[in-house]
Amino acid sequence: MNDYGLMAEFGEAGALLRAARRARAEGYRQIEAYTPFPVEGLAEIVGGRRNRIPLFALAGGLLGGAGGYLLQWYTAVIDYPINSGGRPLHSWPAFIPTTFELTVLGAALAAFFGMLVLNGLPRFYHPVFNAPRFDLSRDRFFLCVRAEDDRFEPAATRIFLETLGPVDIVEVAH
Amino acid sequence: MSVTTRYTDTPPAPDEDQVSPIARKISDIVLARPLSPGWLAALALALALTLVFAVAIVYLIATGIGIWGNNVPVVWAFDITNYVWWIAIGMAGTFISAALLLTRQVWRTSINRFAEAMTVFAVIIAGLFPILHLGRPWFFYWLAPYPNIMSLWPQWRSPLVWDFWAILSYLILSILFWYMGLIPDLAVLRDRARRRAAQIIYGLLALGWRGEARHWQCYETAYRLLAGLAVPLVFSVHSEVALAFSAGNTPGWHSTIFPPFFIAAALFSGFAMALTIAVPLRSVFGLKAYITDQHLDNIAKVTLACGLVVAYSYLVEIFNAFYSADHYDIYTTLNRLQGPYAWVYWSMLLCNVAVPQALWFGRVRRNAAALLIISIIINLGMWLERFMLIVTSLHRDFLPSSWDMFYPTVWDWAILAGSLGFFGLLMLLFVRALPAISMFEMRKLEAEREEGKP
Repeated sequence: MNDYGLMAEFGEAGALLRAARRARAEGYRQIEAYTPFPVEGLAEIVGGRRNRIPLFALAGGLLGGAGGYLLQWYTAVIDYPINSGGRPLHSWPAFIPTTFELTVLGAALAAFFGMLVLNGLPRFYHPVFNAPRFDLSRDRFFLCVRAEDDRFEPAATRIFLETLGPVDIVEVAH
Repeated sequence: MSVTTRYTDTPPAPDEDQVSPIARKISDIVLARPLSPGWLAALALALALTLVFAVAIVYLIATGIGIWGNNVPVVWAFDITNYVWWIAIGMAGTFISAALLLTRQVWRTSINRFAEAMTVFAVIIAGLFPILHLGRPWFFYWLAPYPNIMSLWPQWRSPLVWDFWAILSYLILSILFWYMGLIPDLAVLRDRARRRAAQIIYGLLALGWRGEARHWQCYETAYRLLAGLAVPLVFSVHSEVALAFSAGNTPGWHSTIFPPFFIAAALFSGFAMALTIAVPLRSVFGLKAYITDQHLDNIAKVTLACGLVVAYSYLVEIFNAFYSADHYDIYTTLNRLQGPYAWVYWSMLLCNVAVPQALWFGRVRRNAAALLIISIIINLGMWLERFMLIVTSLHRDFLPSSWDMFYPTVWDWAILAGSLGFFGLLMLLFVRALPAISMFEMRKLEAEREEGKP
């Protein structure tokens, strides 16, 4: 099988939501939905689970904050101690602002790059771009059943997709 | 509904009619609109001022800060005034975008993109001033902690070092937030572009975005997280700017009200600048359907609210000076009210306290021309406020023998005008190179509105 899948095009988000639910109920598991703007509930239907981006952000924040604090502590207490009027070298309240900034920066970088990594971006070539009418500027919503799905049968799947009332159905080549 | 089936080898029908009107309108500003004489004239002016900026900076670095009017008691003048003014303008964009996203204020969608652009550009310009005022700007990287042969590390207890980290973090986060919002819109530009160069550039910038449902899910999680992180960062950045003043014992600066006062002032000037940009943007590019009178009305209301907090802070500053019974604090306050710079103080009150009261009236808030004038007056007033805060506190310090006046030189004005020109240049290029309004969020909003209809 050389094809990537069959892609049905819908005229509105609601139709795509219904179609994705039907395809799921039909037993298809390798389905993808493409929309020009986020459609609530769609990711859950096509098999999206709770993503780990908040976890990434937490880890990034902790790393940034702990790293920032340790850097300040090491440089101000161990490597370059300055006795300023007998004040304590480990003057932690004065280290908080920088620690805070680095916590936020670490979390933000982790959230952004975590999003790219989990989505497999940047990826400049993708088979769905071969579909002639695939264009995010149009108010069109796409459901793609992958050829590698166990239940995928070119003819049967096409007949099934036609029952969902799409505007168009195309084969997506690799 | 009729079902049509076509195969990939048949040529696609011209389906321009299915292009979302929002996407067409906003992306055509970038891709299809011819260069207008007005835009070119503005670009020429901005380029000329940017050239002035570049010359002033080169001359400054080659000669030293002696070319400015700064002197020994007045060691900070236009340089730090410009810095605080620009960074304050850079606060509102991210605040508008992030805080209004988290509080589900749908009117944000029309204004967040250009407000974020305004933030990024203003913060970049703001960041130049502390570097330029260093005297030896080429050593600015000494602020960064890196192992060096001098065995030196930054002094972490200094608010100036906090400021470095605050600006750096804020700039990076603002760019990430802005760019992340742009990714789906860059993909639309990629798909709409007809010229090869535009397809390649927008294609690269869009990172191969294809709008898969699970991608959107991760995207929205990360976007909300960035918004949640940006809001406390906005507050911390401007508090730290304020701490750079209030940690010193100079009368007129040494006050605990500074951090909240600076934040209110930052939002005040930032929202005013958003108005200054929104009014010409929507009339020149015909975006009144997206940036409506209601949007301007809302921005004006927030501006008024911030202005009232600023006015209150002015009152509290005077009260605190007398309540402290500190000789120097009282003198500084009286000097502001009736000293040689009294005209700055009273002009500031006129611009920041008296004029914005017009925003109480709905008729004013719905009159775009009036809003433009008021917002420019507020921007001017906020610049005067920073000048007043900085110069009046310094020019008569503890030692009367060292008292002096500050007079700006032509290079002070050149750098100020040049920074405005550079900002204008960046904004002018932005509106023609990137979508000035978030297309995917507007389309989502419209789809939800249509669904909401019975």
